[in-house]
Amino acid sequence: MQPILADGNGGALFWELLVNGLVMGSLFALIALGYSLVYGIIELVNFAHGDLFMLGAAMTYTLTALAVSWFGTVTPGGMSFAIVLGLLLIVPFFCGGANILIDRAVYRPLRRAPRLVPLVSALGVSFVLVNIGQLWIGTSPLSLENKAQLVSDDSLIQMGEVPLKWKDAVVLITVVPVMVGLTWLVKFTRLGKAMRATAQNLVAAQLMGIGVERVIASTFFVGGYLAGLAAVVYTLKIGRIEYQMGFQNGLYAFTAAVVGGIGNIPGAVLGGLLLGFIYSFGGGYSQGNWVDALIFGVLIVLLIFRPTGLLGSRSREKV
Amino acid sequence: MALLEITDLRSGYGAIEVLKGLSLKVEAGEIVTVIGANGAGKTTTLMTISGCVKARDGRISFDGNDLASVPAHEIVKRGLAQSPEGRKIFPRLSVLENLEMGAFTRNDKPGIREDIEKSFQYFPILKERQKQLGGTLSGGEQQMLAIARALMSRPKLLLLDEPSLGLAPMIVLKIFDVIRELNRQGMSVLLVEQNARMALRLAHRGYVMETGTITMTDKAEVLLNDPRIQAAYLGE
Ligand SMILES: Nc1ncnc2c1ncn2[C@@H]1O[C@H](COP(=O)(O)OP(=O)(O)OP(=O)(O)O)[C@@H](O)[C@H]1O
Ligand SMILES: [Mg+2]
Repeated sequence: MQPILADGNGGALFWELLVNGLVMGSLFALIALGYSLVYGIIELVNFAHGDLFMLGAAMTYTLTALAVSWFGTVTPGGMSFAIVLGLLLIVPFFCGGANILIDRAVYRPLRRAPRLVPLVSALGVSFVLVNIGQLWIGTSPLSLENKAQLVSDDSLIQMGEVPLKWKDAVVLITVVPVMVGLTWLVKFTRLGKAMRATAQNLVAAQLMGIGVERVIASTFFVGGYLAGLAAVVYTLKIGRIEYQMGFQNGLYAFTAAVVGGIGNIPGAVLGGLLLGFIYSFGGGYSQGNWVDALIFGVLIVLLIFRPTGLLGSRSREKV
Repeated sequence: MALLEITDLRSGYGAIEVLKGLSLKVEAGEIVTVIGANGAGKTTTLMTISGCVKARDGRISFDGNDLASVPAHEIVKRGLAQSPEGRKIFPRLSVLENLEMGAFTRNDKPGIREDIEKSFQYFPILKERQKQLGGTLSGGEQQMLAIARALMSRPKLLLLDEPSLGLAPMIVLKIFDVIRELNRQGMSVLLVEQNARMALRLAHRGYVMETGTITMTDKAEVLLNDPRIQAAYLGE
């Protein structure tokens, strides 16, 4: 990812980094939720999740290119708004559906196998997805902005000296309602109750008459959906994609999930935001040189003092 | 026809076969107990009936229907509920939410509300603790919750796995009183117990299970007075 350049104005830089941290944090959080939801329910670290995000970005690029070839040049305005909306509708479903297929084809047959087996398979799936990405978008980075300027570079509003750019606003406008929606889904819907029960005790959930396989599939869908959403807003914000982008972003997001307490939904959001701020401020004040060292340093220190993450339950209740 | 009829049932885990041709039945209105040593396959029997462990051969018929091909989550709807070994309470759901999970297959809100009140009558401590998280209850309270939760689906047949495990005698008596009362109201019970004496005093009939098959069956009071049973399971 790009380092954020210092502009010499200390106060404004701080606010800019804060906004950027919030935006990157929301993105990490969206991806982290996919790790955490799946881990919470079947205790699988789905290493392929970051690469699913990459495929979502590839889909975003392809659909945009398709729209451009249909409509001609697209500049910010009514048409681009419609395209962004279309992307936000299609790509998450694509990633959610793909995630269900991956579970059905690879993880589900291994449900009763020892824990290490699906874990290694997840690594395998990760390689497969990377290769698909390679075939799909090639090996060199692609610039979305060469295709179409979907979101303007202008500021939406000016807060004192600090602008809130459209590109950042799009991320926040998308992420916040989705987080609220996810909370509602998990807390109040029948599916959400079934998800929580299955995560807490799978056998008991079965004995209550919960179709746990359907719940697991839904969980993969929701995780994939969020990754797809992250892929769209990420691509709109950064404007550049490549087939390896899943690795680093996936690693950050997984770290965020662990920092927050893997399996814990608010934890994933908190961890994502924390990582976003470290990423932004660390990158901003060190010209990007120390970001990874900082992030993983924080991870290590945190795990020494709170091995279960910020919001993780202190002990896993397993009788 | 019996409410539950199991014929030549085989099941197990991976390469291990645990049930090796097991047959037993429960008539409507009966309390039937299965006693047997550790590892005999009692829990496996109940889990196979509930569909959590797949039957490999043989028949399980319940209320006139074959259960073999019915997925686990459909079995509850047919009127078969289980309070499992080790209770398996949802630790981070409240007592009330645990009870609501027991009614997952139902959607008659007023009926569910009524049944929650009923479980509070059977187990008043659950009413006091209704807001508390399941994982923070004592062992005895968790056991009561597990039974109450199973009852929330209004089962015709209740499967109980070791309801007395690790509990003080007073609480065991209380739980057994509730089971007797539920049976009087028409519910059938299949009870698996380590505490063979209490189980045989409560039940109408009993089965003795050894390494995956039934080796003996009779009226409960006959088994209670059988010298072989007394020597092997009643510690006399
Ligand atoms: N999930 C499992 N995987 C493999 N083997 C298992 C599993 N569960 C049980 N077994 C084995 O199956 C056999 C029967 O176990 P089961 O739990 O049915 O016995 P039980 O009669 O309920 O014993 P207890 O009185 O100790 O509860 C045991 O040898 C046990 O080791
Ligand atoms: Mg047992």
